[in-house]
Amino acid sequence: MGCWILNESLSIILVLLWLGVNFYLFIDTFCWYEEEDAFLYTRVMLGSALAWARASAVCLNFNCMLILLPVSRNFISLMRGTHTCCRGLWRRQLDKNLKFHKLVAYGITIHATIHIVAHLFNLEHYNWSQSPDASGLPAALSKLGSTPNESYLNPIRTFNTNITAELLTTVAGITGLVLSLALILILTSSTEFIRQVSYELFWYTHHVFIFFFIGLAVHGTGRIVRGQTPESLTQHNATFCRDRYAEWQMAAQCPLPQFSGKEPSTWKWVLGPVVLYACERIIRIWRFQEEVVITKVVSHPSQVLEIHMKKQRFKMAPGQYIFLQCPSLSALEWHPFTLTSAPEEDFFSVHIRAAGDWTRALFEAYGAEEKVRKELWHLPRLAVDGPFGAALTDVFHYPVSVCIAAGIGVTPFAALLKSIWYQCCKPQTKLKLSKVYFYWICRDVRAFEWFADLLLSLETQMSERGEVNFLSYRIFLTGWDENQAIHIALHWDEKTDVITGLRQKTSYGRPNWNDEFRQIAYNHPSSSIGVFFCGPKALSKTLQKMCRLYSSADPRGVQFYYNKESF
Amino acid sequence: MGQIEWAMWANEQALASGLILISGGIVATAGQFTQWYFGAYSIAAGVLVCLLEYPRGKRKKGSTMERCGQRYMTSLVKMFGPLTRNYYIRAFLHLALSVPAGFLLATILGTACLAIASGIYLLAAIRGEQWTPIEQKPRELPQVGGTIKQPPTNPPPRPPAEVRKKLSEGQEDAAAGGSQESGQTNPLPVTDEVV
Repeated sequence: MGCWILNESLSIILVLLWLGVNFYLFIDTFCWYEEEDAFLYTRVMLGSALAWARASAVCLNFNCMLILLPVSRNFISLMRGTHTCCRGLWRRQLDKNLKFHKLVAYGITIHATIHIVAHLFNLEHYNWSQSPDASGLPAALSKLGSTPNESYLNPIRTFNTNITAELLTTVAGITGLVLSLALILILTSSTEFIRQVSYELFWYTHHVFIFFFIGLAVHGTGRIVRGQTPESLTQHNATFCRDRYAEWQMAAQCPLPQFSGKEPSTWKWVLGPVVLYACERIIRIWRFQEEVVITKVVSHPSQVLEIHMKKQRFKMAPGQYIFLQCPSLSALEWHPFTLTSAPEEDFFSVHIRAAGDWTRALFEAYGAEEKVRKELWHLPRLAVDGPFGAALTDVFHYPVSVCIAAGIGVTPFAALLKSIWYQCCKPQTKLKLSKVYFYWICRDVRAFEWFADLLLSLETQMSERGEVNFLSYRIFLTGWDENQAIHIALHWDEKTDVITGLRQKTSYGRPNWNDEFRQIAYNHPSSSIGVFFCGPKALSKTLQKMCRLYSSADPRGVQFYYNKESF
Repeated sequence: MGQIEWAMWANEQALASGLILISGGIVATAGQFTQWYFGAYSIAAGVLVCLLEYPRGKRKKGSTMERCGQRYMTSLVKMFGPLTRNYYIRAFLHLALSVPAGFLLATILGTACLAIASGIYLLAAIRGEQWTPIEQKPRELPQVGGTIKQPPTNPPPRPPAEVRKKLSEGQEDAAAGGSQESGQTNPLPVTDEVV
């Protein structure tokens, strides 16, 4: 339990910091608007709803500034590379960018709700102040602005209007409605269920954020929040003159107060991130133009397509992913795929499984199902954006690494194992990494095929170099039928495994993680061990629990650090 | 985009609109705004929309995540038969419900959202989608001894179940060498190993 706090501490600190800044901005702005003299007359009509609206507006500015940063992937990759101290810690934090994006989105929703409700009250109060029943100071203030040398305070000029119509004739009103609608559309299409049902719907609807940011920048230009001008404050002391409103016209002590609208300030907050994100998209468009040469296409049995490509100035690290676009299938969709080749190879490759609309269409376009082979120059063109960083670049920084993959989640580890193979080939390199444990849990026997070749060559190479202890891997088959079971039982005593042909035998059923972690902790008593996982959430939770359980309470003892990658 | 089930998104949008209608209505009623009775209507309409939209329909393919506790509402919504199954009716119902709330500023956002949901439902209806309830699978109680129809008549070693079934259907025996039981064919020669 104690080690969970250590492992998760940076995340918790950052969340608390974010909450703290939100609260600070809210309370500070609230108190300012409640006490500021320039807004005394505004407060007379509106009460504290003004302060609620303004405080939530400042928090909205802050959160809208933050929301674009976690999805600026090139920026994050840049930051990942430049940290010199506590690298591992910050890199793991940068992997949680999407969680932070969602957190900030929830913050925007809450503040938007407060803002809208407060302004609803404000409009009603403005309307009431114009009614014939209103008397006293509010009525007097509302009448200001009717003659040419007066400046108005109450944006609603007559009582018998429809407030809705009033709102829709102001810039703030229309943009407010557009903003709220955009936010709600984005929220309803981003729920986890909808992302599962149709990722494309989520992706396309999310682009409504463009309207959101345009509306946001324009929202304050109407200057509807009005307070006394500084010159007027020097001549007209509000605390003294507020009770003498009947004499404002006449007395020299209290000339008519002059009002002006607040300058729009949202653009100052969001300009930076918007420019940064625009650069990201420009980079993507530029990368789209760059030529990608397809050098090899292999169609594997379990609906897996392997594509080898080459591109100028493409540099990758194992575990990174790229975005692929096929213009002939869909002009706007970019889909992420993990790279399965090692950086030492002169091409880069991806293994794509047919799992949805776009991937199945790609299969058909590449003739994966057909018997006749297509020529390489007949294949539809692909555009590549990336590579973007992911957790596996950290594997080499731990003395011991445990890599666990479930099903197709083995793809990032394919790149890693290949890279380890190449690194081992170079006799002069000194790796910090001295031991790799690899677990692969798989349901479908046929899925082994493309990966089995890699493991076979690794196994041979390791035994040739006499480094049998560097990599220890176990494969777990979790689905079989009776015929397979009989076949396996009959060939149980043979030297090589009947399914994979490897010397390391396949195990059946799911691994007992308690035993595995206990054994690893026992073998490496005072090391920091990185645990890397790619696969379904349920197993991720189990592994996180194991990491916490088997990390020793003593900081010098064995420590498991959990890293997860998923799309 | 060809295979998207629009009704799923329409459902999320309508549920959100219901909640927004309720909140707008509460603000208008509690604040006693002008024409606040529209706010009261909005609360009622919002509650109706939420109750109707809470049970998620079943997806055409793949598994559907149920909302927490939606079983009870599913049985209620199912009772209305074609009224709730058909998405054309839902689209027009939502459009009709959203109009009165448009007269009050506090609820106009709810109107806009519900109108959008109505439009998406119309699209879903045009594409032939329907609301199908998510049925609870009946729990299969483990039947103790249910598969034992006939106790074995011969002592061990016995052939496996399939061969026993074939025997009971009257297949002629094909005695392989080394076996003392009729109908047992061994894939490998069996020798008595005494170690």
